[in-house]
Amino acid sequence: MTTVSAPPADAPNSVDSARLRRVGRARRGGRSLIFHLVALGLTVVVLYPGVWMIVSMFKPSHSIVGDPSLVPHQASLDNVVAALSGIGGISFWTFVRNSVLLGVASVVGVVFSCSLAAYAFARVSFRGRGVLFSLMIGTLLLPFHVVIIPQYILFNQLGLVNTFVPLLLGKFLAVDAFFVFLMVQFMRNLPRQLDEAARIDGAGHIRIFFSIMVPLMKPAFITSSIFAFIWSWNDFLGPLIYLKRPDLYTLPIALRLYVDQTTVSDYGAQMAMAVLALVPVLLFFLVFQRYLVEGVATQGLKG
Amino acid sequence: MMTTHLERSAGPAVRSSSSSATVRRRRKRAELLAGYGFLTPWLLGFVLLTLGPMIASLYLAFTDYNLFSNPTWAGLANFTRLFHDPDYIQSWKVTAGYVLIGTPLKLAAALVVAMLLNAKRRGQGFYRSAFYAPSLIGASVSVAIVWKAMFIDGGIVDQVGQFFGAAPGGWVGNPSKTLPMLILLTVWQFGAPMVIFLAGLKQIPRELYEAASIDGAGPLRKFRSITVPMLSPVLFFNLLLETIHAFQIFASAFIISNGTGGPARSTLFYTLYLYQRGFVSFQMGYAAAMAWVLVLVVGVITAILFRSSRTWVHYSGEMR
Repeated sequence: MTTVSAPPADAPNSVDSARLRRVGRARRGGRSLIFHLVALGLTVVVLYPGVWMIVSMFKPSHSIVGDPSLVPHQASLDNVVAALSGIGGISFWTFVRNSVLLGVASVVGVVFSCSLAAYAFARVSFRGRGVLFSLMIGTLLLPFHVVIIPQYILFNQLGLVNTFVPLLLGKFLAVDAFFVFLMVQFMRNLPRQLDEAARIDGAGHIRIFFSIMVPLMKPAFITSSIFAFIWSWNDFLGPLIYLKRPDLYTLPIALRLYVDQTTVSDYGAQMAMAVLALVPVLLFFLVFQRYLVEGVATQGLKG
Repeated sequence: MMTTHLERSAGPAVRSSSSSATVRRRRKRAELLAGYGFLTPWLLGFVLLTLGPMIASLYLAFTDYNLFSNPTWAGLANFTRLFHDPDYIQSWKVTAGYVLIGTPLKLAAALVVAMLLNAKRRGQGFYRSAFYAPSLIGASVSVAIVWKAMFIDGGIVDQVGQFFGAAPGGWVGNPSKTLPMLILLTVWQFGAPMVIFLAGLKQIPRELYEAASIDGAGPLRKFRSITVPMLSPVLFFNLLLETIHAFQIFASAFIISNGTGGPARSTLFYTLYLYQRGFVSFQMGYAAAMAWVLVLVVGVITAILFRSSRTWVHYSGEMR
């Protein structure tokens, strides 16, 4: 915006142009200052709940709710110890194991099934592709409510309630259209000459997929994996419906049980457990933020 | 098994030297086999976990079914009951308020901040990441617990409110303030649409703004005549996805009300009520009817958005 008022470099009057440049720089400096003040202020507001949550887990339980400060007066690990001691005789690490297991299996399922589907949509031309692609996009917009009840009835009749199968089957069958769409978009941007060259050399689709596409798809795989893991990790409704035995609980469900059991005023251990339940998500965010933000920017994925 | 099949059918098609018509036909068949071969997992998932269940729940919506005895045909009874069920009507009020107020606020925040960040300045990447972070964790149980702790009696928000002269009292127990509290939670997650807006803003050619400046256009005029039309495809995309997304709020409402939808049914969101009917009192037919009404409503909203988009969304050149 300021570029318009900036003087041309080869202005005839050097004194004038120097002055103009100084004014321009000062104005730009002022704007930059305002920008950073606003942006920093906003950052404080946006990050406050998260930082407060982390700090609160070190505060004594009774002084969490009323204390907005971000520095604990008397820090202790009591809450963390209480949270790690588990719930109802089940170790905290059991919940972690369940969550990790589901998360990792989701990643494997999503990368496997969605990349296959994406290849068909992006690189094979066959009758019916257009219709199927529209149906796939349609499932993106479909409220999940309409499928959960029959799905539950089905899995219940198959005796699969209280197993991880209902939570994982869909991942291995590319039900999350978001990831298929993300990979289709990515694949469409890969140069077609690569597969055409391979084709002339006699390679079939299977060869092209595994030796050419898979290595090139790494960025899309990383983005999909992170989202698949985090979504599985944060999922609440699925485990709430399908996992009834506490030893199968994932962290969010365990956390909910914990909130139910502890008295309202005992926020310390709740906070500690809430933070511990978010640790992998926060770590993923810190390490892979570029992939996450780029993934959202290009594909419009939700967090 | 798929492997050998495909290799065998693709191989000869390439090498064959018979008439070009058969080659073309064979290649077409090979492509067909490959296409459906690669699509097998997705097709299975689509039929078993999406299409099949959709049809099943359409049938269930016309039955009484409690999971333990066979479904019995009930005709339109579920639907007529729905519209006389005060809890159901309440769930619509809560959800509609959340969607109609929360989504525009969230998108407005996302757009304003995206425009702020679009000016190329140092630290842009840092701010972008920081603002995006809540979108990753916002729907989690952990954040719902924190939100509850912040908005409860004597909590941070209560203290700040009192400092500014508001009547004391937390928001969690106050039926008129639980919806604003959850709307704030969704607005807090403005980062995801913001990142999408930012990507869209980057696509707008700078020359347009420069030309407008030369013509004497002010910032408001530039916003209305350049930014909005150029950004309209992205705006449409965000509006569509965020609206559909907003209908699905569940974990936060569940945690804040302990699964009850309280206080005074003020957090009885559609999904929460459907969960209560379907998975607490096992009225599967009733819940299926609820689900299908939602599908129809969301379908109508989607159709309206797409139809209206013809008048306000401008696709220029190759943008999407």
